[in-house]
Amino acid sequence: MSRLRSSVWVWAPGRCSLRLCPRSMAAATVLSLLTLAGLLVSLSVGQVEIGPDRIVRILAGTDPDAMARRILLDIRLPRGLTAVFVGAALAVSGAVFQSVSRNALGSPDLIGFTTGAASGAIVQIVFFRSGAAGVMVAAVAGGLLTAVVVYALAARRRVVGSYRLVLVGIGMGSILSALNGLMLAKGALDNAIMANLWLAGSLSARNWGHVVPVMLGCILLIPVIVLLARQLSLVEMGDDLAAQLGVRVERVRLVMVLCAVILAALATGAAGPIAFIALAAPQLAGRLTPAGRLPVMVAAAMGALLMVIADLIGHVLPLGVSLPIGRLTGVVGGLYLIWLLSRSRTL
Amino acid sequence: MTMKREDMFLEDRHPAVLRGESLSVSYESRRVFKGLDLSIPEGQITVIVGPNACGKSSLLRTLSRLLVPEQGQVLLRDREIHRYGSREVARILGLLPQSSSAPAGICVADLVARGRFPHQTLLRQWTAADEQAVAQAMQATGVHSLADATLEELSGGQRQRVWLAMLLAQETPVMLLDEPTTWLDICHQLEVLELCRRLNREQGRTLVMVLHDLNQAARYADYLVAMKAGEIVAAGAPERILTAELVERVFSIRARIETDPVTGCPWVLPIASVGRMDDGRFLKE
Repeated sequence: MSRLRSSVWVWAPGRCSLRLCPRSMAAATVLSLLTLAGLLVSLSVGQVEIGPDRIVRILAGTDPDAMARRILLDIRLPRGLTAVFVGAALAVSGAVFQSVSRNALGSPDLIGFTTGAASGAIVQIVFFRSGAAGVMVAAVAGGLLTAVVVYALAARRRVVGSYRLVLVGIGMGSILSALNGLMLAKGALDNAIMANLWLAGSLSARNWGHVVPVMLGCILLIPVIVLLARQLSLVEMGDDLAAQLGVRVERVRLVMVLCAVILAALATGAAGPIAFIALAAPQLAGRLTPAGRLPVMVAAAMGALLMVIADLIGHVLPLGVSLPIGRLTGVVGGLYLIWLLSRSRTL
Repeated sequence: MTMKREDMFLEDRHPAVLRGESLSVSYESRRVFKGLDLSIPEGQITVIVGPNACGKSSLLRTLSRLLVPEQGQVLLRDREIHRYGSREVARILGLLPQSSSAPAGICVADLVARGRFPHQTLLRQWTAADEQAVAQAMQATGVHSLADATLEELSGGQRQRVWLAMLLAQETPVMLLDEPTTWLDICHQLEVLELCRRLNREQGRTLVMVLHDLNQAARYADYLVAMKAGEIVAAGAPERILTAELVERVFSIRARIETDPVTGCPWVLPIASVGRMDDGRFLKE
């Protein structure tokens, strides 16, 4: 292993040579371990205490207590895993959008994509009263449709400008958000209350039907994003410079945006619109890793950790009601955003 | 047709490494150029001059396959440029655009290393050749002592040299530079131009530059191309084509052409604007 620069190591097994970044790997490992620890705590606390040793025994199938088994496998584990994968999906989606828009504010919740996913879900809840699966499908469809419209409106001569994308996205988000309000006002009261609960973003009453889509999305799409991350970070220098280096700029951007939209929509479908994870996690990850690269894995771990912590706070706080996680991340993330804006010289 | 003869004369000694044939490009409804022909002689410094918005940058972007012409074709080493793989072109031809933005907080060595992208693959991400190319590029541009500095800490001149170093690390035999001296003070301008000449004379690279200063163009160009309103008005060795009539026609200024007492190159002495702008409006007198 030779030392290239302080921030990068080159590992050359056989005829290959891979660039590794020890700081990123350390950050991703530590964050993942913290996430796992947080997940274990959140699995064990509640009305029935299930200690970590019993969690392991239940997962191994050697615990005789059927009640604890059901609480863990049918209630707490889906909830915990939803938090982990929703966090990771939102964070990676945010990392991609912030890179594409070259702007810390270019995260999917600010440029309309999660709002579009929410519109899809609300249509389902208010007008068709469908269950979790239908809401999920509608959310993904809504997110994708919004992305297609925003992309088409932002494209000029088949080239999508970064600022155009953000501005068109913000406009689209406002329209959809007004539309969402209208649907709530016009829909039948019961359904509107349901939809409103969903809009607050919630991890309560998650089942495996919520977990599996977003989990599969993460497993399939995050590797694609990792593979293209280096090219996308070249695009940040300007389309011309990246293209002259041999990056197929439009193709890379399209694939990345598509993956990111699907991840954001799946996350929204699973837990409702969760604010600020997509905005904050990549920024925090960027502070832990050397400049100039897209910290996909670190952002994913950071997003998962933030969600697990928010979930924990939500159910250990002595409020008597379970706090909607979307509201909690909104408060924390809002403070973070103000802090970010007050320190930044470039925004 | 003096231009044709000039081209033939040139082709005998320096075959064209890059050639645009009857190129037509337009943005939205505005035609940038139509039916434009240009040959870039191998191993020479070509300098393109012309007033603002005459299509110089678009020409460079077309020649480097960033802009697809509506008509005509670009031949790189006698093969249509779009038939090459994108990274394949990037190993032969490099372009330094007019403006690029560095990611916040990136250090000089990391930025220069990005020039190695077309030489790398998924499983070969960093080799001894990459290491060497980056070190040499930083040495040649004099930024090796700044390797660990971030771009934000550098002056404009240093920053421009870092971008040049990135292009050098790409190790392309053909380099296109869009206004490499803009934003630089006179000392840094000469530094960059001398570096370009060294790259040409010592390493035999083909250079194409867009420059604004006519005297710098005359001094550093082997082959001078004068453009106006999307057309090539004249092309050839500076001492053959640079006349008072040409300068008046291309830049709308009255000028005297003297001989530079130091270098013996043509020396343009601007006297007065003749006042007629491109759009035909009468602005002066």
